[in-house]
Amino acid sequence: MSAVPTLSDLVAGRDAGPDGYARLDVEPGVWTALAQGCAAGSYDLSALWADAGKMRMALNSVGLRAIVSLSTEGGVYPSVAAHHAPAMRLERAMRDLYGVRPVGLPDSRPWLDHGRWPGRQSDARYEFLTAEGEGLHQIAVGPVHAGIIEPGHFRFTANGETVVRLEELLGYVHKGVEGLLAGADIARGAAIVGRISGDSTVAYAWAYARAVEAALGWTVPPRAALLRGIMAELERLSHHINDVGAICNDASVLTINARCTLQREDMLAVADACFGHRLMMDRIVPGGVAVDLSADGAGRIRGLMVRLEETRAEVLRVYDSMPSLQDRTVTTGIASPDLVRQYAAGGFVGRAAGRSFDVRKNFPYAPYDELPFDLKTRTTSDVDGRLLVRMDEIVESLKIVGLMLDRLAPGDIRSDGPTPMASEGAALVEAFRGDVFMSVRIAADGRLARVHARDASWFQWPLLEAAVEGNIVADFPLCNKSFNCSYSGHDL
Amino acid sequence: MRSFLLDALLKGKATVAPPAPGTAALEEVARMLGERVRQRLGRSLSIREIDAGSCNGCELEINALNNPVYDIERFGLKFVASPRHADVLLVTGPVTWNMREALLRTYHAAPEPKWVVALGVCAANCGVFAGSPAVVGPLADILPVDLHVPGCPPAPIEIVKGLLALIEARAPGS
Repeated sequence: MSAVPTLSDLVAGRDAGPDGYARLDVEPGVWTALAQGCAAGSYDLSALWADAGKMRMALNSVGLRAIVSLSTEGGVYPSVAAHHAPAMRLERAMRDLYGVRPVGLPDSRPWLDHGRWPGRQSDARYEFLTAEGEGLHQIAVGPVHAGIIEPGHFRFTANGETVVRLEELLGYVHKGVEGLLAGADIARGAAIVGRISGDSTVAYAWAYARAVEAALGWTVPPRAALLRGIMAELERLSHHINDVGAICNDASVLTINARCTLQREDMLAVADACFGHRLMMDRIVPGGVAVDLSADGAGRIRGLMVRLEETRAEVLRVYDSMPSLQDRTVTTGIASPDLVRQYAAGGFVGRAAGRSFDVRKNFPYAPYDELPFDLKTRTTSDVDGRLLVRMDEIVESLKIVGLMLDRLAPGDIRSDGPTPMASEGAALVEAFRGDVFMSVRIAADGRLARVHARDASWFQWPLLEAAVEGNIVADFPLCNKSFNCSYSGHDL
Repeated sequence: MRSFLLDALLKGKATVAPPAPGTAALEEVARMLGERVRQRLGRSLSIREIDAGSCNGCELEINALNNPVYDIERFGLKFVASPRHADVLLVTGPVTWNMREALLRTYHAAPEPKWVVALGVCAANCGVFAGSPAVVGPLADILPVDLHVPGCPPAPIEIVKGLLALIEARAPGS
């Protein structure tokens, strides 16, 4: 067994690729030592996936990123989750999808495979973890929920009103995304990736485009990079203001929600007018963007930013003036900072617990690498903290959009693609929820050999289970909405 | 809070004028149902939404129907929490094998008479997910579909037009 290496020792002497990732093959001993390194907090586990007989792991530390590959015999390899719990669901999912066998995986239950897939039907019951004690009862919720949201199952064990244990079961909207991507051409890949999680379609399309561009050495015109940034910030802002309203709605403050949904509608109408699609689907493509912004459009966005700031300020003032609302949000659903660090939880879940990580800052990509903005964190780790971090981020995103519009000079919006070749690239993009990781391997014929997408939610869903513990059942909607994890992005 | 109320008074209402029902939707509904819906339900429909495999794009736009701009309850259309209260099942997504049973159970939990609306490209033909072994197929392979609302995702105003067709439907020539 090797000693736990640091990431800089590991990649010493190797140049990072154009995507910022150093790549290397490792032996099983080093693989396990890296799992222990993640557990020790020396670096963060960013992704873990199976790829053509190899297991691969993406790791992040300060300013440094690596993708390590381990050759396996028939898919058998030493489990990462045996040392580092955040890998648990990733390994269960890869086992279900690709038949790899992590030796020593502490949880042997399936994850995405519900025993329903053709040829793999099983009547085996999914055994939820137990909670024992006098007066405990279970509440089963979903997969079809009461509201208009995605499907998933929540199994609560409660003592009276207090939740003793929450266990999630996800995978209901598993669509076989990675299977569909294998063998697809690059354009079809973009269309599929844009629908992995429709609420983050811009972020996913951007992550995919950057990974493809890194693989093929495809350059992006400066105007296209700025337009990508503007779309991504519009997407982020539309969710931030909407979810602030939705959290308040779950505490029965309907007036704030009405105001916030009105603002979101205003944003989507402007996005539609400027980019031809309310959610800006299929607008970011490898090589640039598919649609230009007119001078008129830039003016519309500036007008929108003024209205959004008015809404934000007023909503915050009203929120601050309602003790009965804060009674529901303050100290509710605390995700402990230790767990947040262990899981390397991104987005507002991480930043509300003092984890100062945002891809736009930590591994900046064009156009963010040239823009001054602040990364805001809070330390309360509760529903209130997550809400306020998002309010803070609205201010920064408004600033960023203004700067990007200022810098927008005439020019091309897309460049022609180089001849495809066998290659690979990866990218990390900050979606509204947090970091989306995308790895793309292209075959010699120019088709996609393997694409892996890892949503920020993989490392946030488990923390929701922990955050709910000890809260009352009635506060679960608030906790859940303050995380707003993706189902489709997770289920793939 | 007063500022919100003042805004509401001074800025006028945000709600858009009611659109006419979609022509294609009216034709489809008339073909499928004729006068039946209107006779049975008058002008009020309770809708249960089911995500049977969607990417969440359709859900965002369905949620928008409740904002003050579309204000769908003014038409007598209301989203309900339980299929037991529903007249209409509004289904999104390519139906996944993992959601098939929950979809069927929800359908059977809704009392007769009931109608099924397939919302978005995926519910109609699985969209980009067609051909995936994890996907059962289009909604019409699993449930009787009375109305399709196309789009990826359909804009809220298009969803309103489609749903209005359900309450405005008349048999051809009547």
